[in-house]
Amino acid sequence: MKAMTERYAAKLVACGLCDHEEPLVGGLDAHTFWNRENDTRRELLEPLFEPLGINSLLLARPAEPYRTIVDYLAAKNPKAIMPRDCETRTFLHDIPVCANTEHLGSLLAERKAVVVPGLGIAAKGSVSPEECFVYFSSVCFAAFVLFFSEYLHACRHKGPDQPLQTAFDKAVSGMSASRTEAPSLTIGPFEDETALYAAMAEAGRNVVGLGLVDSFFGNISCLHDNTVFISQTGSSLDELEGCIDPCPQDRSTCAGLTASSELSAHEDVYARTPATCILHGHPKFTVILSMDCTDKQCPNREHCHTACTKERKAATLPIVPGEVGTGPTGLCHTLPPALEHSPGAIVHGHGLFATGSKDFNKPFATMLHAENQCRAEYFNRVREALATLKEA
Amino acid sequence: MTKKTCYGWAGKILHLNLATGAAHEETPSGEFYRTNLGGRSLGMHVVMPHFRRQWDDPDMPIVLSAGPLTGTGVPMACTGHITSRSPLTGTVGDDTLTGKFPVTLKRAGYDALVLTGHAPEPTGLIIRDSKIFLINAENLITMETGAVFDSLEEHHELRLAKGADAAICIGPAATHGSLLAAVATDRHHLTGRGGLGLCFAAKNLHFIGVSGSEKIAVHDPEALKRANADIMRLLSASPALMGPYGIRHWGTAAFLDLTHTRRITPTDNFRHTFFALTHKVNAPAMAAQGPFKESGCPDCPVQCIKTLPDGRILPGHDALNHFTALLGNADPDMALDGVAMCFALGLDPVSAGATLACNREISGQGYGRAELSEAVRRMAQGGSLGQGSFRFADECGMPETSMTAKQLELPGFDPRGAVGTGLAYALSTRGGSHSRAFPISHEVLRKPVATDRFTFAGKARIIKLAEDTFAGVESLGVCSLALFAAGLEEYARALRAVTGPVAGKLLTAADVALAGERTCMRERIMNSGNGFHEKDDDLPGRFFSDPGTAGPDQEIPAIDRDDFLKARSAYYAVRGLDGHARPLEEKLASLGLNDDGMTDMDDGGAS
Repeated sequence: MKAMTERYAAKLVACGLCDHEEPLVGGLDAHTFWNRENDTRRELLEPLFEPLGINSLLLARPAEPYRTIVDYLAAKNPKAIMPRDCETRTFLHDIPVCANTEHLGSLLAERKAVVVPGLGIAAKGSVSPEECFVYFSSVCFAAFVLFFSEYLHACRHKGPDQPLQTAFDKAVSGMSASRTEAPSLTIGPFEDETALYAAMAEAGRNVVGLGLVDSFFGNISCLHDNTVFISQTGSSLDELEGCIDPCPQDRSTCAGLTASSELSAHEDVYARTPATCILHGHPKFTVILSMDCTDKQCPNREHCHTACTKERKAATLPIVPGEVGTGPTGLCHTLPPALEHSPGAIVHGHGLFATGSKDFNKPFATMLHAENQCRAEYFNRVREALATLKEA
Repeated sequence: MTKKTCYGWAGKILHLNLATGAAHEETPSGEFYRTNLGGRSLGMHVVMPHFRRQWDDPDMPIVLSAGPLTGTGVPMACTGHITSRSPLTGTVGDDTLTGKFPVTLKRAGYDALVLTGHAPEPTGLIIRDSKIFLINAENLITMETGAVFDSLEEHHELRLAKGADAAICIGPAATHGSLLAAVATDRHHLTGRGGLGLCFAAKNLHFIGVSGSEKIAVHDPEALKRANADIMRLLSASPALMGPYGIRHWGTAAFLDLTHTRRITPTDNFRHTFFALTHKVNAPAMAAQGPFKESGCPDCPVQCIKTLPDGRILPGHDALNHFTALLGNADPDMALDGVAMCFALGLDPVSAGATLACNREISGQGYGRAELSEAVRRMAQGGSLGQGSFRFADECGMPETSMTAKQLELPGFDPRGAVGTGLAYALSTRGGSHSRAFPISHEVLRKPVATDRFTFAGKARIIKLAEDTFAGVESLGVCSLALFAAGLEEYARALRAVTGPVAGKLLTAADVALAGERTCMRERIMNSGNGFHEKDDDLPGRFFSDPGTAGPDQEIPAIDRDDFLKARSAYYAVRGLDGHARPLEEKLASLGLNDDGMTDMDDGGAS
């Protein structure tokens, strides 16, 4: 357990989500273990294990730009931050803000992660510190998307107030520069399954490495010999070795039971298109622009993520509604038709799916290009909105 | 609670003495419901004062209980619970009650039905909207379960086929005294592992039919709609439940391929962990016989129970494994017929398959179709095989061939390649079962995240927490399969919407977990008081001495005995037990269970 706490503390730092020596991660089996033995924050967390019925806890201030963003959102929403992206909608629901640490236990009893102003983000797990890492990462992602969406919205209306503008300037200055050059990935077609597994792991590592996805989000697949090889549910894209499921398309086995929740969508894309590779990530500005719609009169306004009927695009790629998985409003119904005529498609509030017919070079380039285009377009829209505001 | 203030619950518990026909309705307080919720927790609450009674003591109750969410439209909230004492194991005897029965019981006006006494003649019970009818069932006692359901439709106007009414019954296995006797519900569901069907036979009760028209009131329908949407979103995102290879499409039989690729398929009575012919008997192979029909619980989005076009049931994973790999059988028809016979005879197919596998190892002789059919029929007639593998192997002088924990046959996941699952088998209060904590969820299915399936690191507390959560969820009337996707966080929100404040306060996830922990501890009290100690929290020696079947890149080592014992000790510490698996006084006090505690046991009925 001690090793697990150290592993996920280190991973938060390696991902750029926390500064060095910031994360405090605790795990409890018969005894409690911490990655940092002499940390005074233990006094706050240690009493929470038993009443919460958990075995893992994490408390850390996120690194910039997330720290500024989370601090701003927590100050503005003293009860709870309410992001509207797909990850939050599906898994977090909302992110409570804990103004008084006496209430941290009761808030964590009802949610996976809580923002504690001044102290950062607290997250819990009942199986492994890995859950804490996932929820922490999810909060950072959701807060980022919400913050930049709100800023754009403010620019189009009364203009950002001073606290928002200050936070925005600081957050932007804390963002890493755009990466424009796609890495050179293994060239396909892949000779055998061994080469295919290696190529998938390589593509996954690079997607994470270029910041096109936080470690957990996304999935990746390859069609080979009438079998879809796809990353397992909950697998980290940067650690795919041993986490890829072969799913024969003749449905002769259910061994793909642990495959990604988007398997159905991937399978249908392969059935409809010449694609043999699919890459799915959650590039942040692509997600932000997918949710940026100014039609206030739209009858589907509150249900864009499932009911949007407009033909919308970002970075020339279509935007479609759809939720995770295979439900009646699942993206498995909307994404595959969109990919019939486009090398990539964006799911509202969720992320980008890109295809290739030979290897992962083309989908990678599609994703990277789209994210850079969306990032540039975001700041264009901000500038236009501010200019309009100034004229008015 | 008064009817006016009662949301979620029906507000009444029916107590029926079958010896006298005397019935009375209990109307518990809000505080009672707040503490005991329903389902499994309520069942243990009722059984607790009698925990030392033998299973066939007329005063030992059988409790059939629904939960506050049962039938409220909350996704996967369709279940109830049966609780008594197990004839097979002597431990607490309980199981999930599925099908239409739990919902209909609530609509008939009751959260629970408590049965005591021994009926003077073979009896059936019908409840129609709080009206009780005891019926002579002499003509049904040798009938197979399907025929009993036919008779209830034909002669007692129960609309079972239309799903308007519901019924449960026992079959010939219970009538003839088999310790593997189960309870059939709605034709396609079988419950009551540990011989709970025999508890009904001991009361001379052969069926229960229910018909109800009451609406289950919900406190805040709009909030419930939002909570349900959150739950449905998570269910839809779950590959294990709703994915193309998930339970929604293939039933739990889908797990057979998963155990195959991980080399944890119990094969040849757990002598091996790999069955090379899995592809001939897996769920897709069964589907070659025609499209499956859904026969799951009413309104459940997952519909885990499937039937074939010819009416035979697609076995669940454990039964399928035990009638195929465990017996070395690659004939899908033979497996389907074997399990269908178990349903017809009211016999637990998991224990039946495991006992046959034990016999196969002892005798060295396999089964053809005719031999299998004959052996199952003999089991249901109460012969030596019908007493379960523990007694049978002991009789044969080869006790090491009984693959059981606390005398209950182990299910279809070999613990050598999933050691947390092995620990959970050993610790399960009802014996060899994965349904108390289901570590396969994280050891194989990667939910909520993956854990290392070959180490015990952290597993003691994980299992304790999962046990509490499962017990809590089963107290709400929610199927534990839902925990593959959603958790107490989501279901507590639905609970608050359904019940509103209870005894002045809204229920929280922590309240549900606490009810679960109290339930688990009560089960421990009952077992400990009946002589179950650390020696019983164990696994068959085979798992510690023999490795599983290795693959090209995969070793399946034997379980390290020292590591197992250390993890078990860690679990005792986490659970609040002493080194002999006895509940600690201070832990009982902290859970408010002093009155249930060891010192008061002598007041708890005959020993």
